[in-house]
Amino acid sequence: MLRMVETAAAWAIPLILLVIPLLGCLKRVPVYETFVEGAAEGFQTAIRIMPFLIAMMVAINVFKASGAMDAVITCLKPGLLLLKVPPELVPLAVMRPLSGTGALGITTDILHTYGADSLVGRTASTILASTDTTLYILTVYFGSVGIKKIRYAMGVGLFGDFVGFMAAVYYCQVFFKG
Amino acid sequence: MINIIWVGMLVIGVIVGGMSGRIEQVTAAALQASEAAVSLSFKLIGVMSLWLGIMKIADKSGVIRLCTWLIRPLTRWLFPSIPKDHPALGAIMMLLSANALGLGNAATPLGLKAMQELQKLNMDKETASDAMCTLLALTTAGFTLIPATVIALRSAAGSLGPTEIVATTLMASLTANCAVILCDKCCQRFFGDRGRH
Repeated sequence: MLRMVETAAAWAIPLILLVIPLLGCLKRVPVYETFVEGAAEGFQTAIRIMPFLIAMMVAINVFKASGAMDAVITCLKPGLLLLKVPPELVPLAVMRPLSGTGALGITTDILHTYGADSLVGRTASTILASTDTTLYILTVYFGSVGIKKIRYAMGVGLFGDFVGFMAAVYYCQVFFKG
Repeated sequence: MINIIWVGMLVIGVIVGGMSGRIEQVTAAALQASEAAVSLSFKLIGVMSLWLGIMKIADKSGVIRLCTWLIRPLTRWLFPSIPKDHPALGAIMMLLSANALGLGNAATPLGLKAMQELQKLNMDKETASDAMCTLLALTTAGFTLIPATVIALRSAAGSLGPTEIVATTLMASLTANCAVILCDKCCQRFFGDRGRH
């Protein structure tokens, strides 16, 4: 199992780099020129999302550094504990939709404190792997095309994070306990 | 919505920071975060160019058209507002596969490409269309087949079975995806943009 998944993960990108240009050649596409033509768009796209990234990352980091994030975690704790969420995972639940690096940091910390093969460690890994940084995606995706009114997208995204989080907690308890 | 959240985080952050005597940390965080955001977007230039280049080859050689055709029943149901054979479907297909393969940040350029295609179909350029909301819902729920980053993280932390979490990840992300698709369909029913596409 480990071998297979590791091989698949290691080969994913190289295979794409092999198969697509090769198919292009077979179809007589001028692959080199086509690649360069496409790659030229990369610069503008990256620069276009920069202001949105700055705005969001500054706000999130101010919120974190001021201690307001800890206050939110303390507020949400009783509710999440009622839902049978292990207390060690509460900070991860709050951080996951807001900041990818923050969530990565918390998970690394959990893995080292409780052990990667503990129930908490496995659950934290599952949470990190199965959900995504909703706020980053909303900011960057909508920002890049100039959408200002995002309607219900934020609500749906956060709802998905919550369901993913609870599902990870539940499945890990069923799979790994006992 | 995003305005309120942004201002809210800043205002609450500064007030709480002032009250708890962490105002210097707040200053440092703001300055460091702006720098980090710039270096992140510069780091993204490389991967973005790489994937957009590869995608162009895939596009011209017909790979995208083939894959899009294969998953058409699914995309027709999820994105009823996108016309048949529109390039947006190809971009969406690429994004979802990149996410499933666990490409992480490398998937972002494909997502932005998909958004640009959807924006062409959008009547009101400042308001998100139904299709955009569906795409965002699917992306934020992140359907993952190979959680490469987490496996590496677990290995580094000395796990005896770094891939044990693949099955639970698959089930959790399937559950989350079903939930957001349902939720998105309901939202479209209730707040769907009538009169537009």
